[in-house]
Amino acid sequence: MVQQSTKASAGLRRLLSGDEAVAAAARELGVSLGTGYPGTPSTEVLEYFATLGGRAQWAPNEKVAMEVGVGAAFAGARALVTMKHVGLNVAADVLFTAAYTNVQGGLVVVSADDPGMASSQNEQDNRRYAVAAGVPMFEPSDSQEAYEMTAAAFDVAERWHIPVILRLTTRLCHAKTLVDTGRFTASAPPETFVRDIPGRVMIPAYAKPAHRRLRAKLAEIAEWVETCAWTRTVEGSGRVGVITSGVSYAHVREAIADAPVLKLGMTHPVPIEAARAFAQTVDECIVIEEGDPYLEETLRAAGIAVRGKDPMYRFGELSVQRVRRILAGDTSAEPTPPRGNPPQLCPTCPHRLVFQALSRLNCIVSGDIGCYTLGVLPPFEAMDCCVCMGASIGAGLGLRHALPDEEARRVVSVIGDSTFVHSGLTGLVEMVYNPPTTGHLVMVLDNGTTAMTGLQEHPGTGRTLNHEPTNRLDIERVAEAIGIRRIHTVDPRELGSDGLETLIAETLASGELAMIVTRRPCALIEERVATAAAGACNE
Amino acid sequence: MSKVTNVVFAGLGGQGVLKVSDILADAAVHAGLDVKKSELHGMSQRGGSVSSDVRFGDEVFSPMIPEGEADYLVVLDETQVDVTRHLLREGGVLITPEVFYDEDQGIEDVDDLVADEDNPVTERNLNVALLGALSVRLDLPESCLLEGVRANLPERLHEMNLEVFQYGVSAARKRLS
Ligand SMILES: Cc1ncc(C[n+]2csc(CCOP(=O)(O)OP(=O)(O)O)c2C)c(N)n1
Repeated sequence: MVQQSTKASAGLRRLLSGDEAVAAAARELGVSLGTGYPGTPSTEVLEYFATLGGRAQWAPNEKVAMEVGVGAAFAGARALVTMKHVGLNVAADVLFTAAYTNVQGGLVVVSADDPGMASSQNEQDNRRYAVAAGVPMFEPSDSQEAYEMTAAAFDVAERWHIPVILRLTTRLCHAKTLVDTGRFTASAPPETFVRDIPGRVMIPAYAKPAHRRLRAKLAEIAEWVETCAWTRTVEGSGRVGVITSGVSYAHVREAIADAPVLKLGMTHPVPIEAARAFAQTVDECIVIEEGDPYLEETLRAAGIAVRGKDPMYRFGELSVQRVRRILAGDTSAEPTPPRGNPPQLCPTCPHRLVFQALSRLNCIVSGDIGCYTLGVLPPFEAMDCCVCMGASIGAGLGLRHALPDEEARRVVSVIGDSTFVHSGLTGLVEMVYNPPTTGHLVMVLDNGTTAMTGLQEHPGTGRTLNHEPTNRLDIERVAEAIGIRRIHTVDPRELGSDGLETLIAETLASGELAMIVTRRPCALIEERVATAAAGACNE
Repeated sequence: MSKVTNVVFAGLGGQGVLKVSDILADAAVHAGLDVKKSELHGMSQRGGSVSSDVRFGDEVFSPMIPEGEADYLVVLDETQVDVTRHLLREGGVLITPEVFYDEDQGIEDVDDLVADEDNPVTERNLNVALLGALSVRLDLPESCLLEGVRANLPERLHEMNLEVFQYGVSAARKRLS
């Protein structure tokens, strides 16, 4: 059970982002380990947790982070695992079966969704994961709730021995609102290992009863959520009622001041009976939710008469204006705001030289995710596909296998250093195991950091989340051990785009399985060092 | 319920848009108000447009200022005026570095402004200079704003920023009178 604090520090009001609020609660709750993989908008949770003195680690990818978190919870500790929405795709295999186990300590997973794709490749709605995996889900609507729900999530996790998802969204992660901190006290760390073979070894003999146990837990939680404090009605004099959750709640309160509102703090399980009772008190009941029509479908399936939003509002994030439009049933075209300046590769970014060369050689570029995805934009336009982290290698191989030889020889996979460690390694194994007849070239754009998400360390930098030295993964040696025979390491600045062009052309012509590592620190790191040396900056 | 004050800061990555919005938000906290502040991070480092909403009053709901409801629009880079003007309500106030221009002194654009040695404004502290200019129109005690400046910047920058803040205050007062 989460303990409320009686300390003098209780009641300290601070302006915190949603991410920071989660970290603040985690720290107070004595979370033993925070682990995750960077991804906007979730990255700051672990960074802030570390700033507060918590033990925080970047894992090579989300799946490993989730596994480490599960292990810590098996040991009886509180573990927090963080990732962006697409990270949960990577970690899903762990989550689905961890849900069957009797997690001993508390396992809370932060899934930071990005409706509107402020910086993501899709806008998937991870409420679907809560249903599919059978795990409870909390959704805060401001930083105060993010703080309190972190404790509530651990409470539910520990009471029912089940992983719990805390679903945040970009707006909530990054908006700063006032939080009363200092309310919780730490749990005691585990004293000894408690063996529970049938509860944790998921062979069919144990998994069959485990599945039934999971459904029984969910049934209990579904009953609890009907009357728990997180299922809350806000009185109103209006005849139109609104059912909502997350940051949409804040928009709703502003858009329609007099409406009675049923605010759901948990969106899995959904408190069906509370919603049914609420709907009966109003003339019309409207569901306001960002993304998929998840609540709408769930309530309709339970026979509750609700109106949802027009499909046009499924795209992008909601706002006060859009909520007003949904309430009014307005489906006229929305005004398109003027576009500001798009992001670009920094003027001195070492990635630029690589894309200049690839562009001139007219390569077919199988791209990946990171700053270097901006190589798709003019003047380079040197990227032909980009799907998800790590896909550059597999997709490049597929292109090689399927295209006529002449074209196949022009295919190059381009991947960043953090992305290579995240999910490029297995692609490289595939390349050696099922080599295309024309060979293949993988280019690792190693700028010594995870630049896209704000310069995080990763195993290839040889430094921990706190920038302290640790063992370093040697990309070339790993590639060699996997079986890549031709490996070049170059400094793109020294070699220049002409030199790179020659090297790439020669390597492609060799028909070998090859890797070119272009190694040069990110321009932002160099700039940061220079600014720190120069002193003043108000940024 | 008293009215909520809505301020949008806009500019380009690297100009300190987020920092100045943090300062204002903190100032409103010091004044005992409810505050919400919101922006999208991520791409700002790469020179793209950045904007940040700060809202304060007795009770603030949404963290985002509805389009066309900003009371003040503070734009650090003049190229960003056209893409943000629609955020301002009718009768709302636009504040840009233009507030510091003075033809008599030969200061006709930002380059002149930051090059001129007679004023404390630099490319790096323009954000706080504009906050000073904004502050004369806000119903927030100056002490709270200065507290915000101190809380959000390292100590070695305090003196310079307090000076440039005051410079912003007087420039704006001159314009208003
Ligand atoms: C599964 C998944 N996790 C996290 C992210 C967020 N993300 C996008 S690119 C990236 C890594 C970029 O680092 P790197 O490959 O080193 O390239 P750089 O940006 O430094 O050029 C991350 C963490 C994502 N898109 N997908």
